[in-house]
Amino acid sequence: MGKSVELSGAEILVQFLKDEGVEFVFGYPGGSVLHIYDALYGQTDVEHILVRHEQAATHAADGYARATGKPGVVLVTSGPGATNAVTGIATAYMDSIPMVVITGQVPTPVIGSDAFQEVDAVGVTRPCVKHNFLVKRVEDLAITLKKAFYIATTGRPGPVVVDVPKDVTDPRIKIPYEHPKSVTMRSYNPTMKGHAGQTKRAVEMVLSAKRPMIYSGGGVVLSDAAAELTEFTRILNYPITNTLMGLGAYPATDEQFVGMLGMHGTYEANMAMHECDVLIAIGARFDDRVTMKLAEFCPLAKVVHIDIDPASISKNVKVDVPIVGDVKAVLVDMIKLLKDGAGKPDQIALTKWWKQINEWRGRQCLEYDRGSELIKPQYVIEKLWEVTRGEAFVTSDVGQHQMFAAQYYKFDKPRRWINSGGLGTMGFGLPAAMGVKLAHRDADVACVTGEGSIQMCIQELSTCLQYHLPIKVINLNNRYLGMVRQWQEFSYEGRYSMSYMDALPDFMKLAEAYGHVGMCIEKPGDVEGALKEAFAMKDRLVFMDFITDRSENVYPMVEAGKAHHEMRMRVTETELA
Amino acid sequence: MRAIISILMENESGALSRVAGLFSARGYNIESLTVAPTEDNSLSRMTIVTTGSKEIIEQITKQLNKLIDVIKLIELTDGQHIERELMMVKVKTTSADLREEVKRISDIFRGRVIDVTPGSYIVELTGTSEKLDAFLAALGSELILEVVRTGVSGIARGDRSLTV
Repeated sequence: MGKSVELSGAEILVQFLKDEGVEFVFGYPGGSVLHIYDALYGQTDVEHILVRHEQAATHAADGYARATGKPGVVLVTSGPGATNAVTGIATAYMDSIPMVVITGQVPTPVIGSDAFQEVDAVGVTRPCVKHNFLVKRVEDLAITLKKAFYIATTGRPGPVVVDVPKDVTDPRIKIPYEHPKSVTMRSYNPTMKGHAGQTKRAVEMVLSAKRPMIYSGGGVVLSDAAAELTEFTRILNYPITNTLMGLGAYPATDEQFVGMLGMHGTYEANMAMHECDVLIAIGARFDDRVTMKLAEFCPLAKVVHIDIDPASISKNVKVDVPIVGDVKAVLVDMIKLLKDGAGKPDQIALTKWWKQINEWRGRQCLEYDRGSELIKPQYVIEKLWEVTRGEAFVTSDVGQHQMFAAQYYKFDKPRRWINSGGLGTMGFGLPAAMGVKLAHRDADVACVTGEGSIQMCIQELSTCLQYHLPIKVINLNNRYLGMVRQWQEFSYEGRYSMSYMDALPDFMKLAEAYGHVGMCIEKPGDVEGALKEAFAMKDRLVFMDFITDRSENVYPMVEAGKAHHEMRMRVTETELA
Repeated sequence: MRAIISILMENESGALSRVAGLFSARGYNIESLTVAPTEDNSLSRMTIVTTGSKEIIEQITKQLNKLIDVIKLIELTDGQHIERELMMVKVKTTSADLREEVKRISDIFRGRVIDVTPGSYIVELTGTSEKLDAFLAALGSELILEVVRTGVSGIARGDRSLTV
């Protein structure tokens, strides 16, 4: 729309979302946002998805953002609406997910008076947002929203909260509105292009390696640089590992991929980290679950680090050649240098290195007891991968099932693996899957969860019915808070304090009560058939309750305080070795 | 090591709490923090005195730069700079001897007596933090009724400037 029209604050907000091309708003109404909900009423450009709890609104918007690369948009009311959203905001913040969260606020004249449903939303969310705003005048609304979208989606992305007092959206006060096409901010100009000199130095260091290792993270996914990462890695023929957040950025079925690294990384990935002489970190932030014991992290390696956030560089691990910039842009530059004759890797050293890595691979660290009469969670994930041909979007909650999904579902494409890596938010999986399914109506969407996590946002089964979201819930039900139990087994002499899930609901009946299809699978022989049957039901949400081996643990494991080469392997395998 | 960081930021409500929140959330030290608008009313200038290893100070500057409201910053202690702090001290002057003594010490430190009552003087003093500390030590705790200090403000010498 070119010429300006007179609109109220509420109408401006809705019109702005239309003008930004926002497809979905995930939200929940309440007193402070009623003007906005009234403006949403009757229009069809922006679809509002009514969740059952504000936490789910943020996770759904987050899942949508992760699956599409577009910002997720949330609308909640003041007070409890805002505080319920905080967990989802923090989740998005830790994983750098672009999101704009609009919170209602009590009218400006009563701010600070402990009014009904008043909370200092800007104050409460400050530590877990990229930025936040309180809009005090309707004249500032459109430009503030524009800034919010700009900040959320550029540089290192992240959630931005816009707190809107009720009087700012007053339907009686109309002002001219025109969609702000762009915005510039003197205080915010993220660096996109890498420094040419540094890039050249980085390529020299990369080529000097005898035992190279590429370690790439969520930044590659955020930057849509999977193709560039793959090309870069293949030109060099170097081994590559992905972080939990980076899975799918390099095809997991490719020979050069050595698996995930870190606490539950593969033997070969962690050993290669420990022994490498040049580490090429790309869009990764040296998280403690990745580095493990910092003092013994990659003890022999020189480090190249590409990241858009200068504060990520040398934060935990000292970097020898840093490049600040967008991963995609930097990789394009590096590939060009490699193709233009910057040199070739030392092939003799590389052959030797690959021989060593393949020896480590020979330990088959992800093997498990396939002859068990109980359903092994790993087996369910392997079959899920087969049945969905590795093409599904998989969301997860947090715990053992999350690690099994990361280890055994071989993601070949980015944005297919959607989990709360940084914050580790139980309850993320189901609402995130809603956002994914809305974005990709024709794709298979699976939520891998456990009987603990699923109960943290299970009310969203109701939302799934309302909006016809035929998600497949893969519940790995071991009747334990599995990851807690595993730590208690390893570090607390088996004192299973509060890790036992007593009085579980009958999930099959529960799913049916919500209007969905429930299945309970108790034998390994039934796993594949049940999965096929469930995924064949294209238009139904199927809740699959897999009764799994309750004593199963996630291996390998680098326990807290240990270094990469000090992995705890599966007991049976160690005995065999 | 001690570092003085000067920050130029948008003069927006909540800007100060973003900086203060950053320091507390990440466990950085703040020895002092001063803030006021500049000649351009849309800009605030903040001076923070902090301590930490070289790596920590580097992280602090990076994290501060990451705040959306921060336009620019410099680490004053990286180069030649001037730092000043203002202090007002209320001193017990219940006798002629004490009045004489306080006046003499103030003169030595180039302080000024800015308020006089039968029982007390208020002395105003500007200088580096060390000088202010030395003045307080010279007075001795028995004479001091009340102390208020602004915290350090600083500016780089010569060509180095912090402007938009």
